[in-house]
Amino acid sequence: MEKTYYDPADLKKFGDITKLQPEMGNKFFDYYGEVFKEGALTAREKALIALAVSHAVQCPYCIDAYTSDCLQKGADENQMMEAVHVAAAIKGGAALVHGVQMMNKIKELTM
Amino acid sequence: MALSATSLHRQKHELSEPAYQLTVLQQGAQFPEFAAQLQQHNLYPLKPTGATILQVNVGKMCNQTCRHCHVDAGPDRKEIMTRETMQLCLDALVKSPDITTIDLTGGAPEMNPDFRWFVEELSKLGKQIVVRCNLTIILANKKYHDMPLFFKEHKVQVVSSLPYFAASRTDAQRGDGVFDKSIKALQLLNEVGYGKAGSGLQLDLVYNPSGAFLPAAQQSLEAEFKRRLKSGFDIDFNNLFCITNLPISRYLEYLMQSGNYESYMEKLVDAFNPAAAASVMCRNTISVGWDGYLYDCDFNQMLELHVSPTAPQHIRDFSLAALNKRDIILNQHCYGCTAGAGSSCGGQTVA
Repeated sequence: MEKTYYDPADLKKFGDITKLQPEMGNKFFDYYGEVFKEGALTAREKALIALAVSHAVQCPYCIDAYTSDCLQKGADENQMMEAVHVAAAIKGGAALVHGVQMMNKIKELTM
Repeated sequence: MALSATSLHRQKHELSEPAYQLTVLQQGAQFPEFAAQLQQHNLYPLKPTGATILQVNVGKMCNQTCRHCHVDAGPDRKEIMTRETMQLCLDALVKSPDITTIDLTGGAPEMNPDFRWFVEELSKLGKQIVVRCNLTIILANKKYHDMPLFFKEHKVQVVSSLPYFAASRTDAQRGDGVFDKSIKALQLLNEVGYGKAGSGLQLDLVYNPSGAFLPAAQQSLEAEFKRRLKSGFDIDFNNLFCITNLPISRYLEYLMQSGNYESYMEKLVDAFNPAAAASVMCRNTISVGWDGYLYDCDFNQMLELHVSPTAPQHIRDFSLAALNKRDIILNQHCYGCTAGAGSSCGGQTVA
């Protein structure tokens, strides 16, 4: 096993996953390419969504890739940080809204 | 990042030497040779399609010292074109009707004391005149305040750098306060009709990335610039040109200092696009240096890569027919013009 779990150089090797089970891998990359094309959303808007999701899933490869991509597509720093806050708000909210479940259970178990 | 107030030339920086820059560019043995790349696509030797643009660099003097400047221009640069050399350019244009556009660049071209005379003479020849105006020069001194009206009088197409629609990234590249002054200058150009529908006065903006990344798709970024500049500052303009930064001079220094050189070259090489290679600007442009020497482009000029020895070397010997037969001089920096959707002084080269 490597000494670190993440190596920035591995990002460039992402395409190599098609060396095993190429049919699945190729379908994934075709789909991926299609998703990020300019469509009902602009490519820049999609890059910002991807950046937010990258933070939510805490993927360092994705953060690296989509920070570059957002800059390249002309997003500004404030838009990028707002996108990260959207991810944080949803993650925080998702934790907190379960407080209702907790309260329901408290009610069930207490007099 | 703080901007250095002096040019690399003044600092006697090793990267102010074209030969040293070429050595750096050649060191990346992991990158395929640009010429070999063209050969693979049947584009080598690269030949002109026929020059229609004469780009004249009237001098390295500038009121700004931008972080990415490929000219290494600044207030401390004194190399500027004389009126005699300008006259040689006019003589060359008279005998070359196929050249329809003259593109004036610098430095800040307006700082050349013979700039107005040159534009007036060019205007008499009936050529389309482009001036690459850095905007802040209009406000830099009272003697430039009437520049928008002067441009209007000669129907000059004004092409101006504005790397971003916000101060943060503009000032990081071009200097503190440049964004606010640029906005003011754009408003002054709009006031005399520039960028307004139906005025016939064309105002184009140039975007180049403030950092080690490639530019966005031009059409999409143009829409975003138009929206942001209109809503934020009531500014109108015609086209946005997306230009890729080439790894030479001060931008090369930035790449090396920030540890981005190899990854940036890799980005350029990975994004090599044969369609963009076929439409590079050196195929329809000839570049003239402040001292009258001829080059394939302004970048080659700064690297002191003169036109092929088979062609006339100086504007005094100008022959369009002979120049149209030359082989274009290539080096590793050329990857900057062939990445992605391509890059030229007129922006993206392929749709």
